Amino acid sequence: MSLLAFFGWLADLPWSIDLHESQYAYSIIESIHVWTMAVFFGSVVMFDLRLLGWTMRKVPTSEVLDRLLPLTIAAFVIMVVSGTLLFFAIPLRSYQNIFFRGKMLLLLLAGLNVWIFHSRVFPKAAAWDVEGVPPRAARLAGALSLLLWIGVVVSGRMIAYNWFDCDRQPQPDIINFLTSCVATESGQ
Amino acid sequence: MSLLPFFQWCYQSQIGEGIRESTWLFPVIEAFHLLGLGLTVGAVLIVDLRLLGVGLSRQPVAQLSAGAEPWLLGSLTLMFASGTPLFLSEATKCYYSFPFWVKMTSLFLVLLFTFTVRRRVTRTGLTSDRPLLGRFTALISLGLWFGVAWGGRWIGFS
Repeated sequence: MSLLAFFGWLADLPWSIDLHESQYAYSIIESIHVWTMAVFFGSVVMFDLRLLGWTMRKVPTSEVLDRLLPLTIAAFVIMVVSGTLLFFAIPLRSYQNIFFRGKMLLLLLAGLNVWIFHSRVFPKAAAWDVEGVPPRAARLAGALSLLLWIGVVVSGRMIAYNWFDCDRQPQPDIINFLTSCVATESGQ
Repeated sequence: MSLLPFFQWCYQSQIGEGIRESTWLFPVIEAFHLLGLGLTVGAVLIVDLRLLGVGLSRQPVAQLSAGAEPWLLGSLTLMFASGTPLFLSEATKCYYSFPFWVKMTSLFLVLLFTFTVRRRVTRTGLTSDRPLLGRFTALISLGLWFGVAWGGRWIGFS
């Protein structure tokens, strides 16, 4: 079964339709998603700014991380749960949404950056923990994190406004290719 | 006097019209508004969590708030710069929107509170021997900011 067929099947499940058509559930879940995004993004940015040496220079980097990380992780878990529900409310159209695809790609890269930072860069932090401006590798991780998460937030917001929707043809071939869209009924 | 004519004038402004006519301007400006929201929450949380006694407790409050304040001011600037055109594009809808008024009221109160009481509490080290004062300050700040975030999200659903 192709992914397209699988998400089409999901979209026809009664509880997917219920969630999509609900009067309040969808809006409430989306609100939770946005509010926890603000907490997540806010705490990530504050840590990234510390890594760049742009704020709280007198506070050891590890202390900023220790204090913010539990909040960051809690918010991330809530975002993944609420985000998954939002996806299941609109599976097929999200799957074919170019902004959704972009967001997933950026999310993957942001995750990779987190993994590299925590496995390679941060374990050596004892040497520069109290320094106002951390070394290049740490600053690079901070800058990448900032850019990637900004990309995730921006593309995430665009999902709801998708002006490259598969149902809105004609679209450039490259868009239909990138979104696995087979334009059947054409507005041409 | 009703504010409605003013809101209608905003709605009919060139900026408002330009945004309504574009497919992508509103979402793009809104995305920047969201980034500003996240940054605001970060800059607020770092100080309010300290006041609540759950974060960075070894750092003096005054030092943390001095570090966070430029980022708070920067993010608020981004919020106003992006929020104003969003408002212009749907001003008449906002006039009739209950969440919009909740947001504006909370925003007015939280800004007033932040730059008077909260600033004084965080700068003067008043909290070192009065932790309850710090907790109250943080709770009021976070509560009002949540009012802003609630109203902001629900303008779009109304």
